[in-house]
Amino acid sequence: MPATNFNFMGARRMAAAVSGVLLVASVLAVAFAGLNRGLDFTGGALVEVGFAEAADLPSVREALAGAGFDNAVAQNFGAQTEVLIRVPPQAGRDQSTVGDRIMAALAATQPGVALRRSEVVGPSVGEELTEQGGIAMLVALVAVMVYIMFRFTGKFAVGAVAALAHDVVVTLGAFAVFRWTFNLAELAAVLAVIGYSLNDTIVVSDRIRENFRIVRRGKPVDIVNRSLNETLGRTLVTSLTTLLVLVALLLAGGEQIRGFATALTIGVVVGTYSSIYVSASMLLAMRVTKEDLVLPEKEAAEEVP
Amino acid sequence: MADRGVVGANLFGAQQAARGPLNRYPLWRYALIAGIVALGLLYAAPNLYPPDYALQVSADNATRPVDDAFLAEAAATLDAAGVAVVGAELTGRGALLRVASNDDQLRGRAALDAALNPAGDVRGFVIALNLASTTPAWLDGIGGKPMAKGLDLSGGIHFVLEVDVDSAVGKRLEDEADNIRARLREARLRYVRAGGMVREGAIRIGFNDATDRDAALALLKEDYAAPNYVTAAAEVDGRPGAVVEVDAAQVEEIEDYAIAQNMVSLRNRVDEIGVSEPLVQRLGRDRIVVDLPGVQDASEAKRILDKFANLEFHLAAKADDRPSELEEMPYEGRTRRIQRSIIVTGDRVTNAVQGYDPQTSLPQVNITLDSIGGERMHDATAPNIGHSMAIVFVEQQPVKQADGSVVLRNDRRLISVATIQAALGYSFRITGLSAREAQELALLLRAGALAAPMRIVEERTVGASLGEENIERGMYSVAAGFALVLLFMPLYYKVFGLVADLALTLNLVILVAVMSLLGATLTLPGIAGIVLTVGMAVDANVLIFSRIREELKRLPPQRAIQAGYDRAFLTILDANVTTLFVALILLSIGTGPVAGFAVTLAIGIVTSMFTAIMGSRAVVNLIYGRRRVAALAI
Repeated sequence: MPATNFNFMGARRMAAAVSGVLLVASVLAVAFAGLNRGLDFTGGALVEVGFAEAADLPSVREALAGAGFDNAVAQNFGAQTEVLIRVPPQAGRDQSTVGDRIMAALAATQPGVALRRSEVVGPSVGEELTEQGGIAMLVALVAVMVYIMFRFTGKFAVGAVAALAHDVVVTLGAFAVFRWTFNLAELAAVLAVIGYSLNDTIVVSDRIRENFRIVRRGKPVDIVNRSLNETLGRTLVTSLTTLLVLVALLLAGGEQIRGFATALTIGVVVGTYSSIYVSASMLLAMRVTKEDLVLPEKEAAEEVP
Repeated sequence: MADRGVVGANLFGAQQAARGPLNRYPLWRYALIAGIVALGLLYAAPNLYPPDYALQVSADNATRPVDDAFLAEAAATLDAAGVAVVGAELTGRGALLRVASNDDQLRGRAALDAALNPAGDVRGFVIALNLASTTPAWLDGIGGKPMAKGLDLSGGIHFVLEVDVDSAVGKRLEDEADNIRARLREARLRYVRAGGMVREGAIRIGFNDATDRDAALALLKEDYAAPNYVTAAAEVDGRPGAVVEVDAAQVEEIEDYAIAQNMVSLRNRVDEIGVSEPLVQRLGRDRIVVDLPGVQDASEAKRILDKFANLEFHLAAKADDRPSELEEMPYEGRTRRIQRSIIVTGDRVTNAVQGYDPQTSLPQVNITLDSIGGERMHDATAPNIGHSMAIVFVEQQPVKQADGSVVLRNDRRLISVATIQAALGYSFRITGLSAREAQELALLLRAGALAAPMRIVEERTVGASLGEENIERGMYSVAAGFALVLLFMPLYYKVFGLVADLALTLNLVILVAVMSLLGATLTLPGIAGIVLTVGMAVDANVLIFSRIREELKRLPPQRAIQAGYDRAFLTILDANVTTLFVALILLSIGTGPVAGFAVTLAIGIVTSMFTAIMGSRAVVNLIYGRRRVAALAI
């Protein structure tokens, strides 16, 4: 890649507007529409069945209603021959036999039906997971912030955590807007997004810090621009290789891994953008100066006799 | 800060420029890298030999030996049922019959069960689903084994059971309340009998006056003192009273014991289902995970796991017993009275088998208790020879409440009343039963008692077809993603791209080797973790190579390589350490599939640091190290 000289920071106000709109939209979507939480979090039962030929959904629904599952949702899953049946958690009813009863009802009326998987999760398990998942995300953000404060400075830590929070919120927002099912695997993907996006942010921050120390003259905005241009090649190549494997997962990994791969793909794209426009812009917004970065180095040098 | 950086850099052999020649590793470093690569290849190799589906047949109560003739007959039975036998051999545990698929395995088990265990007879053979290793003996000899496949890949059933640990503590309190009653009676201290002693998680005893209370308190404090108990004066039902509470640390110990005991019982029950390598492990404070690979019939598995039962050994009523100390139960058409106090419970039973009296040839059940159980049994029976002992079977039934919650109720029934013919110890027998009764009693005793009731809170079944599809798709996407990255790198970085490809391949090999050695389980998200590691592991090389390109603008090639590796190192370290944090946090919240993803990610980060920095450097040094270089192909 030839040396580039894009004025990234010149567009930072527009980028801030874009990020702001994305963030507000995501927060509103999550707050009002909510995440389409899957079985892992809500509890309830899920049965995936396979047919030899294309499934007759109306007759499947009829069979379910006949067995007393009026509120069961049956839909195709990935292929015409696959049907996913979901039964919401029901207060006061023993859930542990739901899977067996559904299979019994279907086997009686649908020839050639075969169980592919069945999952029953108690409501208490789901509630705990929701809580743990939220805590895990917060712990990850705080741990990262502390580490960056230690390795860089407070301003970098704020910039990095802002970028991470931005990526997490936008990824969650996409799941809320498109009503994609959000399960434990997707939560794992969001946490992995934190890891990935951080990788990007640290590489960029590292270069900004280095350039602030080397470059004697120049406005902060120019130094940041220069750093972004210098790391642009690497940022794009790494995003590209990661996206290559994610696309492979999306296309070939099958239905069960799709949500996971989708969350990661969104996260990688947003994370690449945020490492340029969120963390770097935040640094400028906080008026990062040479002194912010040079000072700790001096102190360190003085400590060593 | 700067100091730490230098230490880190030395670790990976950078910053040697000041002293040695540029871009040369000493021989020992090449040897070390070659050694690690060789070990990686060696321990990743067993994964090329996937295990066979197999049936493990072992004699339980069978009269005929499991020998070559048996093996041939079993193989013939399978053939007749249309199940192709891939291999048959005798092992220390019985006969091992290898078949082609999970489906064959299930059909084969049904066929063998029908042939070997005729209905209505004592079960002669245990037929368990198994996975038989195909790892060559020499690899096996050095500890090489393939990664185990998670349930989402192998098919099977996953249960999470919640143990009612509070009831274990309650039971302990009841036991102690019995002891306290006895002590108070011995000391002729009168206590108020109305209402139970165990209330609100503590033993509460009311007395008629403060003098009795103080005397009792002094007595109780001898037995129920810190650190295990907290005993104090308090008002009970408006009277002077004493309260004995169990200390928090002791409560935890009781809970741990209850969980451990339940896990033992669960393992026994799982053996009855016929899975030779089930996973039974604790999850958090009060949950147990049971994974049954290969099993497809969830309702049958649940029937066996659900048989949550316990046994209680009681003395039958004696003439001088107070009515309040007795309970009545129906037995063989009439009402029997037995003492409320329990001699021992089923969790003290270590073994129970049906057998025959060598002299009379009459059926009997031989029971073995653990040492504490034996002691208690001896103390209770020695003064009561000629009296009767009763065995009560306690079964747990879920009962729905008006508000929709489910409460567990214990159903008790008397299953055996026998005369005590001698002082019993840790090993004794119950006679006077029919063969059928003896067999059932042995099964009930052996199915194991639970120290606390539990129920299923999560259940997941993965069909065999879905499991196979998951493997196929997972492997395909790893291969496709990997190939795309391998193609891209040389296009962009030329010779250095090939070096990165080599490092990436080594990373995959070492990652697989480490996961196999650690006994990690491969799950679908784990495969995704591998894919993601492949994508992200390139990052370290990309960072180094783009840095080398930059440095080439102002430095000669050899110096540029040196500077590129040096300067990129700290960035790579920072980026990877933070990702490692995230992987560890994931590991702490997730079980099963999510944990599989986190483990893969964490191991992948560490191995990629090694291959991308040290491994790729070694190759670059070999290519460019000892010669004059005019230009780099980067």
